[in-house]
Amino acid sequence: MSGKDSSLVKKDAWDNLSSFTNARIALGSVGNSIPLKEVLQFKLAHAHAKDAIYTELDIPFLEKEIQSLGFPIWTVKSKVQNREEYLKRPDFGRLLNTTSEELFRNSTNEFDIIFVLADGLSAEAVNTNAISLLKEVLPQLDSNYNVGFVLTTHARVALGDAIGTQLKAKFTAVLIGERPGLSSPESMGIYTTYAPTKGLTDERRNCISNIHKNGLTPKQGALLLNYLIQQSFAKQISGVALKINLKELLDKE
Amino acid sequence: MAYKHTIRNQVYSFPDLKAVLAKASPFRTGDALAGLAAESNLERIAAQCVLSELPLQAFLSEALVPYEEDEITRLIYDTHDEEAFQEISGLTVGDFRDWLLTHEVDTQKLTQISKGLTPEMVSAVSKLMRNQDLIAVAQKCEVITQFRNTIGKKGHLSVRLQPNHPTDNIKGIAASMMDGLLYGSGDAVIGINPVTDSVDIVGNQLKMMDEIRMRFEIPTQICVLCHLTTALELLNDAPVDLVFQSIGGTEKTNSSFGINLPMLQEAYEGALELNRGTVGENIMYFETGQGSALSANANWNVDQQTCEVRAYAVARHFNPLLVNSVVGFIGPEYLFDGKQITRAGLEDHFCGKLMGLPMGMDVCYTNHAEADQDDMDNLMTLLGVAGCNFIMGVPGSDDVMLNYQTTSFHDALYLRKVLNKKPAPEFEAWLLKMGIMDGSGNRISISNSHRLLNSMP
Repeated sequence: MSGKDSSLVKKDAWDNLSSFTNARIALGSVGNSIPLKEVLQFKLAHAHAKDAIYTELDIPFLEKEIQSLGFPIWTVKSKVQNREEYLKRPDFGRLLNTTSEELFRNSTNEFDIIFVLADGLSAEAVNTNAISLLKEVLPQLDSNYNVGFVLTTHARVALGDAIGTQLKAKFTAVLIGERPGLSSPESMGIYTTYAPTKGLTDERRNCISNIHKNGLTPKQGALLLNYLIQQSFAKQISGVALKINLKELLDKE
Repeated sequence: MAYKHTIRNQVYSFPDLKAVLAKASPFRTGDALAGLAAESNLERIAAQCVLSELPLQAFLSEALVPYEEDEITRLIYDTHDEEAFQEISGLTVGDFRDWLLTHEVDTQKLTQISKGLTPEMVSAVSKLMRNQDLIAVAQKCEVITQFRNTIGKKGHLSVRLQPNHPTDNIKGIAASMMDGLLYGSGDAVIGINPVTDSVDIVGNQLKMMDEIRMRFEIPTQICVLCHLTTALELLNDAPVDLVFQSIGGTEKTNSSFGINLPMLQEAYEGALELNRGTVGENIMYFETGQGSALSANANWNVDQQTCEVRAYAVARHFNPLLVNSVVGFIGPEYLFDGKQITRAGLEDHFCGKLMGLPMGMDVCYTNHAEADQDDMDNLMTLLGVAGCNFIMGVPGSDDVMLNYQTTSFHDALYLRKVLNKKPAPEFEAWLLKMGIMDGSGNRISISNSHRLLNSMP
């Protein structure tokens, strides 16, 4: 492909408006259609997004990092067998498989906070962002908190409820790969729940979204997560009832 | 009452009407997720055979969702037009499919019977129809609505210009809006999905759009797709042309959206009083989509397509300007791939039109569905042939706020060209006057001194 625009392409005179938005405006045209160069750009972005769904959690790397910080860690699976089933059966992605339930049964500890690192729809987002975010969060936690970690695959957000219940956790934070967009194929979200129990719905959770290279930095994400932890433990609640506007909090920073 | 059909000595039995409908549905992941789908191809065809022999009357005597517990069921039964139903009252569902396809049944006839149809009858017949049947019958329907222009006439295709921005930046929205107008889009509505549903943000977006609309005398309507309660708060403080709301097909689904029929009625009457339309009084804009009832745990074990058509009964009650299903947005657990999305899109369009709705379509997909832009090309072309009132227009098909892909301004130009369709008549005249389009529907070269470009806020 040549670097120059083809002379067959009719350019749009409002290219300067592109500075106001990342939307695909002023693409120009060939006949009524989008010029090939832009078609290929779009398909490239779509390929990134599609591939992101099939990336896998880097378990050896994550285990090593977390162990070096000195916390207990479990690696478990949902009831889902493969990616296709993951996409078709969100209900299975919210339940632990039998082996994993057995694994937890031997744990007698009670935890204040369980961090769950889950692949979701973009494992690479978690491989890239989770550790640097956690390294910002952990030093600021109350030293009396009993903290544990769980790595899990083919997981939906609500799998955190099953895990939290098994480990008798007061609070879970699920760090999970979000649905990939064309402009953000590797985006991580964090869902926090106070007093997790099976069958909770989304209004009981708080959410930090869009942690990726063009969105929130891990440092900003950590700031918000620390705030949610403090608030949830102070008020013993999470979700809409907390009435927190995270966007305002960020704007203030 | 149990329903039975025998294939080679094997008896297939269905406990009730809703089981017949669910098992007769062409396969989609959402019905499997709900545990309602046919277990085998033979069970599916057995259910279709049962369905084909059921009288349409059966749907008037057996409610799928209890009358006492659901206000939409009550709406359906209480507003059923016996007189309009008369002509087809003796038909079975199978006969009705054949009847719809006869040459004698024309646009006028379809309009006449429309109010005599319940959503369940319409859903039932669609399950016996192939894709080409859904297109052939929908193409005979004509549903015209008006506010500041005329949408839905045969031979015309309108576009909702959707200039979303990931942080609600007003200049960013205006930039996409200019892009769309200069590509000939925006005659269905210029409609923003706000990131933050607050009175301030929505009010500012409405004012910005209305200012541009008035300055250039654009014969179209504007809308911010906020929650109905936000629009109600704004009725007297901001230019509210249309009231938007997402709706579903059961009362419980709508509760999960924070609305009910009395609230819709209040909004409808409030916006009507503003009297902002110039050529007509259709002031509601509804969005729907298969799967919303299950996703809200509110499907009463009714298949997702029938729930969807029940939402059209809600829409029909408020004389909307625009209704569109957002067919591929919900994700692969409800509609897995291009094939399922295509089928659902054609069903939704057909069912909406037969119910008498001004049906458009958000032809779209998410990145975790097994679909791509080729599937969208196919579906929008099929819907164009079927006479779809409008599609979406987003810069380069990529909605940078909602993170999904739909149709583009370029796509709309393609569709108008290959199917010889025109924009809404008033809007077409405006495009000519503004030097955006020529008489044969081709775009004219725009210089950077064009009046629209000098109006950026």
